[in-house]
Amino acid sequence: MVETPTRVRATGNPLVHAAGAVLRPVQDYHRLAWIWVRAFAQYPASLLLMSLAVTVSVLAQVGAVVIVFGHAGTLAGFTVYEGLMVFGLAASAFGVADMFMGAVERLGSHIRAGSFDAMLVRPVSPLVQLAADEFSPRRLGKVVPALVVLGIALANIDVEWTPGRVLLLPVMMLSGVLICGAIWVATACLQFFVANAREAANSLTYGGQALSEYPLAIYGREIVRSVTYVVPLAFISWQPALLVLDRPDPLGMPEALRHAGPVIAVLACTGAALLWRFGLRHYRSTGS
Amino acid sequence: MKMLTGILTPTSGSVRVVGRDPSRQRTRLARDIGVVFGQRTTLWWDLPLRDSLSLTRHLYRVPADVHAERLAELTELLELEPFLDTPVRQLSLGQRMRGDLTAALLHAPPLLVLDEPTIGLDVVSKSTIREFLLRINRERGTTILITTHDLGDVERLCDRVIVIDKGRLAFDGGLPELRATVPTPRVLVVDLAAPAPAIEVEGAVTVRVDGPRQWLELADNPARVISRVTAGHEVADLTLREPDIEGVVSALYRGAAPNESRV
Repeated sequence: MVETPTRVRATGNPLVHAAGAVLRPVQDYHRLAWIWVRAFAQYPASLLLMSLAVTVSVLAQVGAVVIVFGHAGTLAGFTVYEGLMVFGLAASAFGVADMFMGAVERLGSHIRAGSFDAMLVRPVSPLVQLAADEFSPRRLGKVVPALVVLGIALANIDVEWTPGRVLLLPVMMLSGVLICGAIWVATACLQFFVANAREAANSLTYGGQALSEYPLAIYGREIVRSVTYVVPLAFISWQPALLVLDRPDPLGMPEALRHAGPVIAVLACTGAALLWRFGLRHYRSTGS
Repeated sequence: MKMLTGILTPTSGSVRVVGRDPSRQRTRLARDIGVVFGQRTTLWWDLPLRDSLSLTRHLYRVPADVHAERLAELTELLELEPFLDTPVRQLSLGQRMRGDLTAALLHAPPLLVLDEPTIGLDVVSKSTIREFLLRINRERGTTILITTHDLGDVERLCDRVIVIDKGRLAFDGGLPELRATVPTPRVLVVDLAAPAPAIEVEGAVTVRVDGPRQWLELADNPARVISRVTAGHEVADLTLREPDIEGVVSALYRGAAPNESRV
């Protein structure tokens, strides 16, 4: 029988150790996602159709934005292209987060099927396994058109592109993606305690996306406050848009908020991670 | 079982498995144990078995050559070849169980944890798996922890038996000690030449009569009882039955006072 030790000894170098701690989950995610991409690629026609279906739904939303702004001319002081920029920021952030983290919303069904127990006995973070489960390239059907819309909008808005602005944009977009991912994980954690919390979670994930696709100024003050201070949706598209356009907040909220994106992102991710740990500690499994 | 593998955090008390606290060091522990749940698979439902196993290799960080060697060996021992390329959801229960065992052993863990591995399996699959477990236990020295309701598993496989009744330890020891714990008498089955009324001899009680066949519970040395029976009756055949482990365990659950020193 083969008896080679499989253990990889941690080296004494703390830097190498830290790099390993960061890289391992990424490698594991990549491995798991890749096997699903391969599995889906065995049915290319189905994959293509599903991607197209997703793309069509995004385009329908874009159409809605154009029609709304087309009729109103400007909405809350936003032109069509500025509105499309808000839409593009929100849709791309949610799209990317959905692609990489969206599968966490199936936590409840994994718990019921017992497959979550299987994830827990593997030497890989269960969050990574959950997020990478059934990773499908069809979600690119959502991300690509959103980025195209964003690109078109950015090319047509009346903004002076200083190097500072150009650099800020990707930082803000990354923060948006992280905030969306954190919302996804945090809401999925509900399913540790409530079996069918997926729909409730979706009201925040998909509902949040729908909300942040329009300039928040069109909503009531109370809604804008709650998506700024309670669930930080405002930092996904609204505050970055104000920052790019260098426009005063129509609702008179502090201007410092528009620079807060990265900080909020880190806080949101930390909060989500703590919730996840808490949920895992109180996980009851099913059966015996 | 779920606390031993780190799935559940104990509400009180502590657990140590291969020197680790399962709920705190779950990921680290996972590399040192292999786990198989009889009722559900740890494989990926929609992937062919081969892909599931190669994914397992990456997740456990087993070098490719070592993996290939182990896989070849396990494929041969468990006869996986015919269904390696079949998606897991299309496998029969017995095939799936063999696939699960392979996945649990590819990283050569010193401890294999099996939760009802033979549940719902046919007789042939059961015996294949039992033979396989005995073999890896003997040849690799893999410790095997098994929970089962199938007492055939226990009789065939186990050196040490722990009986748990309503969450409390009812017995912990070897199989012979378990038998000795509960006074379940041996039974002498007597086939008489012709039907007769219940045999009455010293040192045995006739518990059942069915035509010429009679069952006698022994309270005395079997040889003496046999000589007494043959002295008074014309006997066609005799069989001595050891109490089976099932009787012992059910007696234990019914609360037959076990020998104090063993508990």
